[in-house]
Amino acid sequence: MATGSNMPLLLLAILAKVGVVLLVLLTTIAYAVWLERKVVARIQSRWGPYLVGPHGLLQPVADALKIFFKEDIVPTEVDRVVYCLAPFLAFSLALLSISVIPFGESVTIGGATIHFQITDLNVGLLFVFAVTSLGVYGVALAGWSSNSKYSLLGGLRSSAQMISYELSLGLGVVGVVMLAGSLSLREIVEHQSGLWNVFVQPVGFLIYFTAAVAETNRVPFDLPEGESELVGGFHTEYSSFKFAMFFMAEYANIVTVSCLATLLFFGGWLGPVFGPPLLRALLPVFWFCLKVFCFLFLYIWIRGTLPRFRYDQLMAFGWKFLLPLGLLNVLVTSLVLAWRST
Amino acid sequence: MVPLAHILALSVILFGLGAAGFVFRRNIITIFMCIELMLNAVNLAFIGFSRYLGNLDGQIFAFFVIVVAAAEAAVGLAIIIAVYRNRGSLSIDDFDSMKL
Amino acid sequence: MMLPQIAFFFLSAVTLISAVMVITRRNAVHSIIWLIVTLFSVGGIFLTLHAEFLFAVQVILYVGGIMVLFLFVVMLVNLDVALKQAQFNRQWQVALVTALVLMAELGYGIYRGHQGFTLAQVTATPMSGGNTQAVGLALYQDYMLAVEIASVLLLVAMVGAVIMAKRKIE
Repeated sequence: MATGSNMPLLLLAILAKVGVVLLVLLTTIAYAVWLERKVVARIQSRWGPYLVGPHGLLQPVADALKIFFKEDIVPTEVDRVVYCLAPFLAFSLALLSISVIPFGESVTIGGATIHFQITDLNVGLLFVFAVTSLGVYGVALAGWSSNSKYSLLGGLRSSAQMISYELSLGLGVVGVVMLAGSLSLREIVEHQSGLWNVFVQPVGFLIYFTAAVAETNRVPFDLPEGESELVGGFHTEYSSFKFAMFFMAEYANIVTVSCLATLLFFGGWLGPVFGPPLLRALLPVFWFCLKVFCFLFLYIWIRGTLPRFRYDQLMAFGWKFLLPLGLLNVLVTSLVLAWRST
Repeated sequence: MVPLAHILALSVILFGLGAAGFVFRRNIITIFMCIELMLNAVNLAFIGFSRYLGNLDGQIFAFFVIVVAAAEAAVGLAIIIAVYRNRGSLSIDDFDSMKL
Repeated sequence: MMLPQIAFFFLSAVTLISAVMVITRRNAVHSIIWLIVTLFSVGGIFLTLHAEFLFAVQVILYVGGIMVLFLFVVMLVNLDVALKQAQFNRQWQVALVTALVLMAELGYGIYRGHQGFTLAQVTATPMSGGNTQAVGLALYQDYMLAVEIASVLLLVAMVGAVIMAKRKIE
């Protein structure tokens, strides 16, 4: 953060940045839940939460209080250690990938450069994918350790789904990486200053977004918790705080993939910048947040609109349509790049 | 910088643990995991050498070792599933139909 | 002691402890979790040796791919039977001696060749564009044929695995 050689100050600054990002992320998660309930209610001609606070704005607080004071049930036949480990794993991994997401351009105020990012890895994208590929463990271990058939089936299903769609998720992004010639999220955004990637790589974006919806186990790909057949999926046996951790992990993942979609395809923080220096510094962050918000809204909109896939349809779609399309996209992109460079 | 001998020593101990587990255990899945331990020990040695020789060949080799490990795990686990379906057991003591 | 040394000793302690746990746990899922810990700490040692790309490969491919496959198989089979069976071979004493002999042999080899390893301390040449780019260039230029062969190998393994795990073969 600060360019000075002051080591403790630097450490403090990093800690402060981590704290702020986590706080913002957790608030976003809480209000994403509120937004989802509100928007879905509107779509279904209901009012949604209305009682706690104006327009139910305090509902997240009420939910959190309720969930923390519930009894934490650990069924007798579960594998205790793994059962307790799984939600922590899911939640911490979901929070981890936010650490490499850049929120805005670096600004210099009074001699100190501020990066709107916790760490700037030159292989940031690789890091995000590494963390995403670990997310499957929380689900699989939760399903196995609960020692219940619904949990096991839900865990198997969602881990199979996550592994399958991870490939498409990666392939959708390869085109963008080839265009930018870098795995650094910052450089990928800077590369889009002329034209957003979504116009150059529309197929890549569609693949990425579809795979991202499936990867986060959301409607229409929310088979893992298909209530009508699997009770509650992998978290059937979880209650209280542990359940809340899975719930928050899901929303944190949504925020992460939305941030990534914004960075990779919609130009990240790029947008019209004007006005006095302070506004000039904060506008990029505002554009970034606006774009991420649009993605969150899109997620909720999809949830309110589409019915659930059948499991075999889901797998067939992932392997027989999305994956070949991703490969084709990579092929065409590399051919065009090779042709342009000659 | 850590001396190369330390890395190689760690690699040897890890390999020995993998080899020991490989011959100790009866559960075929654990035996497979011991193979992964040994492969990792080898990778560690490769990357140590790569670092100390200052070229990338060791890293490339470790990369190929990981690729082969992936192929091996896929085929091996498929075999485990097939055997389990026929025998209903994971203990290698039960896979003795070739015995006289 | 310097920071790299401390990191190395910490990571190797974690590696060895978790490796021992891998080969001694009764429950295969616990073994898998400990093996994941081992893989991570080995990956950490890769990081201290400036092999960032290999660390990423270790996490994405090994932990995120191969170990998930293991977990899947364990979830598909019934572990309750395996838990009640004897865990160790009848000849485990022989096995232990063999393993110790193997370790001693390798250790002796390293000890004898000890002097040979001290020659190249001049390294630490940071490659421009980072480790990932360097490995990528090496893979697709110098090791083109090997990459192709490896991909054919993976294809064959994939087809073989699907055929073997299929329920019925007509």
